[in-house]
Amino acid sequence: MTSRLMTPRGGGLLALAILIAATPLILPNAFYFDVAVRAGINAIVCVGLNLLIGYAGQISLGHAGFLGLGAYGSAVLTATYGWPPLLAMTLAAAVVGVLAFAVARPVLRLKGHYLAMATLGLGVIISIVVNNEAAITGGPDGMTVPPLDLAGWTIDSEAVWYWLVGLALWVAVWLALNIIHSPVGRALRSVHGSEVAAEVSGVDTARYKTLVFVISAVLASLAGSLSAHYGGFITPSDVSFFRSIELVTMVVLGGMASTFGAVVGAVILTILPQVLTWFADYEHMIFGLILMLTMIFMPKGLVPSLTVLFRIRLGARGGSAPT
Amino acid sequence: MSLLRVENLSKEFGGVHAVEDLSFGIKASTIHSIIGPNGAGKTTLFNLISGLYTPTSGRILLAEEDVVGLAPYALAARGLSRTFQNLQIFFNMTALENVMVGLHLHVDRRFWPTLLRLGGIARKEELARQRAAELMRFVGLASYLDADASSMPYGALKRLEIARALASKPKILLLDEPAAGLNAAETEAIDGLIRKTAETGVTVVLVEHDMRLVMGVSDQILVLDNGRKLGEGAAAEVRSNPAVIQAYLGAASLGGTDVAR
Ligand SMILES: Nc1ncnc2c1ncn2[C@@H]1O[C@H](COP(=O)(O)OP(=O)(O)O)[C@@H](O)[C@H]1O
Ligand SMILES: [Mg+2]
Repeated sequence: MTSRLMTPRGGGLLALAILIAATPLILPNAFYFDVAVRAGINAIVCVGLNLLIGYAGQISLGHAGFLGLGAYGSAVLTATYGWPPLLAMTLAAAVVGVLAFAVARPVLRLKGHYLAMATLGLGVIISIVVNNEAAITGGPDGMTVPPLDLAGWTIDSEAVWYWLVGLALWVAVWLALNIIHSPVGRALRSVHGSEVAAEVSGVDTARYKTLVFVISAVLASLAGSLSAHYGGFITPSDVSFFRSIELVTMVVLGGMASTFGAVVGAVILTILPQVLTWFADYEHMIFGLILMLTMIFMPKGLVPSLTVLFRIRLGARGGSAPT
Repeated sequence: MSLLRVENLSKEFGGVHAVEDLSFGIKASTIHSIIGPNGAGKTTLFNLISGLYTPTSGRILLAEEDVVGLAPYALAARGLSRTFQNLQIFFNMTALENVMVGLHLHVDRRFWPTLLRLGGIARKEELARQRAAELMRFVGLASYLDADASSMPYGALKRLEIARALASKPKILLLDEPAAGLNAAETEAIDGLIRKTAETGVTVVLVEHDMRLVMGVSDQILVLDNGRKLGEGAAAEVRSNPAVIQAYLGAASLGGTDVAR
């Protein structure tokens, strides 16, 4: 048992649980709880997006679209049709899953720039629909969303939200690690490494690309629903192209092909604009700059780079076990 | 009966006949070499057989089943595996993981048990790791068990591809220039590895320029030139075939090394 905790997997999960449990001790007030909740929701999206980008090597510049569909799906079903939030979330995620499945084959046949453009286009289409269908979505004005309630218990305090999102994040990381440390995860990474070699090794690459696309889209949708119920108000900016870029930047900064990296990237880039007020004014520019500088100077991202540094310090060798 | 049979196979690339009206058969449990100058169509032939290219016309029969149009992964499931002239390594993994990908068809990859880590997935992973390590030892890579693929020298990567290909338990293994770029000692090791592999019952199809290697290991040799068959037979027959000598080998005597380079 102790040896299991020493592995990157077991140790990482334990460390994450401790971090999530201990963070409230240092959060001085509700404002910081709010930042932590937003960071956690972004981290959930990034854990899924990292499976797609970091592990399977497929870029998506349209994931805010799935996030937005989850958010608006939940919003419309609860606000307009009076559905219970949990049911609304589930249906929205299922619909997003089916949509992702339907577009995955044609889209993921593309590579590199073409894939980037196609996913970008997908995100833009969703964003336009949300903007234009004002009768349903409120258009550019946005719409209010009822709070989350679980079996009649309305969740309205930041602290309770914190624990809920913390738990959801931990489960998302656990699921992601389960996939990664398995033949399925290796198949995903093989698609990244060499698609032809993967195919001749028996990997149905189209199937695995579809699978990871659907998983990441469903996670984005669930996180979108959570953020809608949490924030209580959504606007088309939650579905915008910039939101997609923001998510990709988080994944890239934290470290591609590192689940804990995705979490770290999401946390850092959610906190920064909140604590540095000048950041918010130049948000787009700074995110672009971070993306550029990371790609140039630290293409592996924060967590993998720091891990390597740490290993060198310890004099340990070898092994690129995925984290 | 041929394990693999190619009938009137052609592949055209915008006017270039890379493979043209080619027919031949490969018997089970033999080592069958395909030689020919650069551009003769050897790699194209492998790409056709392994499902990476679709033929312009013709048939490919694997164990008497027409497999034209099947995806490479489906062919792998039918017992066909290969290596690449230009290395196709998963550089984002360790050497061991590269071989473990080769085990893909023989491991538990059901989605829901994987997602929830049920059904003994962890234990099965350990078994897969051991099997992959065994294969790495088989190809002589015991010292690279923990290495990142990206840190390995060229010669070791050539063998890593063979280990990965063997992991899928092929009935028939296509090797595209496994000795290219290797020194004499490394080529010797590949020679031994090919023989050892054939002894386990795997049918080996070898594309190679090193004539000493080819003449030594092959039960049967097929000579290609400009996508067409120039001759075929046992080493001795091919060596004395006037058409082969004239068109492909020129004045150089057979039995030396690297005549076709
Ligand atoms: N994907 C391709 N597109 C266009 N031409 C190709 C392609 N693959 C191979 N060829 C052409 O087909 C011929 C045979 O090439 P190849 O099969 O690589 O020969 P070999 O492996 O015997 O050296 C060459 O003329 C080559 O330029
Ligand atoms: Mg070739």
